[in-house]
Amino acid sequence: MAEHQEHADDHGQAFYVKIWAILLVLLIVSILGPILAPHMEIGFLKAWMITLMTAFGIAVVKAYLVAANFMHLNIEKRYITYLLTTMLMLMLLFFAGVAPDVMRHEGQNWENVAAEAEIERALKAEGAAAAHGEDPSAGH
Amino acid sequence: MSTMTRPIATTRSATGIPTGKLAVWWVIGSEIVIFGGLLASYVMFRLGHPEWAEYASHTNTWFGGANTFVLLTSSLFAVLAHHAAEHGDGKTAAKWLLGTCAGGLVFLCIKAVEWTGEIQHGYTITANGFWSFYYTAAGIHALHVIAGCIIMLIIAKQAWKGQELQRVELIGIYWHFVDIVWIFLFPLLYIAK
Repeated sequence: MAEHQEHADDHGQAFYVKIWAILLVLLIVSILGPILAPHMEIGFLKAWMITLMTAFGIAVVKAYLVAANFMHLNIEKRYITYLLTTMLMLMLLFFAGVAPDVMRHEGQNWENVAAEAEIERALKAEGAAAAHGEDPSAGH
Repeated sequence: MSTMTRPIATTRSATGIPTGKLAVWWVIGSEIVIFGGLLASYVMFRLGHPEWAEYASHTNTWFGGANTFVLLTSSLFAVLAHHAAEHGDGKTAAKWLLGTCAGGLVFLCIKAVEWTGEIQHGYTITANGFWSFYYTAAGIHALHVIAGCIIMLIIAKQAWKGQELQRVELIGIYWHFVDIVWIFLFPLLYIAK
């Protein structure tokens, strides 16, 4: 508690407002990223890479700023960070185990015919709709 | 403040952290698995289905951006409420908590307007896989916002009377987590097109 009180004194209201201001600047960059990306392509740096960096890279930074400074994980007992990290690792384990079956539509001894058919149907519909200026994704 | 009715969780600490706070961290650990599983599933489907890029292009970045601004600001209010509670100022803490709650309500109103427009355009939860994930992820998140607002109102009432001020930090931790979930939902559903 003493440690906490000390922390609260060190980090006055102005500190929290400063973190909030940084978060807002990052938010603006993440919104402008995809808009400006096509104009910023240089060499190997493609627009989609800039979008990925400004969208997900910044999301990670924002989440860190909130967790460390607003949730006070930086002064919390270390094992809480380990607990939360373990949960994130479980999420990655789940992804690693299931993603190959979902992201790929055929393997050595199997084929996801339904997924392949749906992709073909949807892309064809999107192409046809684009030609007619309609929107194929809206349900009717 | 009555010491007779204080729950054991408020005062006992076998782990170096007040038990009530430890319970909140456990809740958040479970929430990471719930939201993490959902978002990981979304990512794998999104990467496996090139046609979803066209579906995702119909979400409105400005609605999502405005809601991110609202939640980040409400998180600031929540931490300022905690700051006031740390200094024993229950009334100021209650006021900041009400501000946080107002942020939650603005978030829900923006979401209501956004969803109404989308549903009217035919983008319903059954339209296709993308929109199913969109409404499920944002819907579960919105339920967390509603739950947080209700709990916050109860804690604000107690804080106003100078009671159970330690709970201001607990609801704050939960609220910041809800904010962090949205920080990831925003690029996944609105920016990656």
